[in-house]
Amino acid sequence: MSIELPTTVPLQAYLALAAVLFCTGVWGLINSRNAVRVLMSIELMLNAVNINLMAFSSYLDGQLIRGQVFAIFVITVAAAEAAVGLAILLSLYRNRETVDMERFNLLRW
Amino acid sequence: MTIASSAQLICFVVLSAVVALGALGVVLLPNIVYSAFLLGGVFLAVAGLYLLLNASFVAAAQVLVYVGAVNVLILFAIMLVNKQETMADIPGLRLRRLLSGGVCAGLFALLLRVAFTTPWALPGPVPIGEEATIRIGEHLFSDYLLPFELASVLLLMAMIGAIVLARRDVFSSDVATGEPADQGLIEKSRTPLLLEKTN
Repeated sequence: MSIELPTTVPLQAYLALAAVLFCTGVWGLINSRNAVRVLMSIELMLNAVNINLMAFSSYLDGQLIRGQVFAIFVITVAAAEAAVGLAILLSLYRNRETVDMERFNLLRW
Repeated sequence: MTIASSAQLICFVVLSAVVALGALGVVLLPNIVYSAFLLGGVFLAVAGLYLLLNASFVAAAQVLVYVGAVNVLILFAIMLVNKQETMADIPGLRLRRLLSGGVCAGLFALLLRVAFTTPWALPGPVPIGEEATIRIGEHLFSDYLLPFELASVLLLMAMIGAIVLARRDVFSSDVATGEPADQGLIEKSRTPLLLEKTN
């Protein structure tokens, strides 16, 4: 009994890769102490979602490619999110003189 | 663009290895500058995956927006806030890492199960390949016109918001009346407004 290797890349391979990327991003989002690294983890998660959208668009919706249009919108929103997030980070750093996530506890209680 | 299927498979394996290892490096490396450059590598590898999926326009947009804008922005932010600080130990950090690792592994297993047990409607329609850019343009100016315009408004709002949030100077005179602004307020704006919580 031998496992036959696929000759083309299956859809599930893209989905598995996106799952790896998304879970790495979630772990980094929870565990990073540095606020810049938290933003980078969010970018990783958005990229995982984009990989999913592009894979579905290519494999299941080859004629209308609505997934590619959605991916473009996600890229747009991600750019806006990065700009605003880094501006918030800068003003936080100016006020608290630190980028440690554990010390941004102003609204906690 | 049609590549031979075996070459496609090899490209996919290499690119996905770069993506997965690069993402782990982004999250785990102690030096944040290395993380930022690895993040650029991950973005480039994802653009390569888009090329494998016959989406040249989105691949170009990925390189332009992510590598050219977002990654450079992150590098600038690192330069602006790059103070070597020793982060104080907090109790239960290892336990928290283990617990969140378990949660992420569970999420990963769930996603894999969904991906491999769902009966996808394969094979779908034949991909249009190089026509994709034309089709995206048609979509953006017909049935996705409203989201397209809203996205431009969102970008404008984000730009103005980022400028307002990140600007340092305070008006020396009141904008509405033209009178000199409160000097005490200006002085206070030069010192940290939020005092450190002591608990």
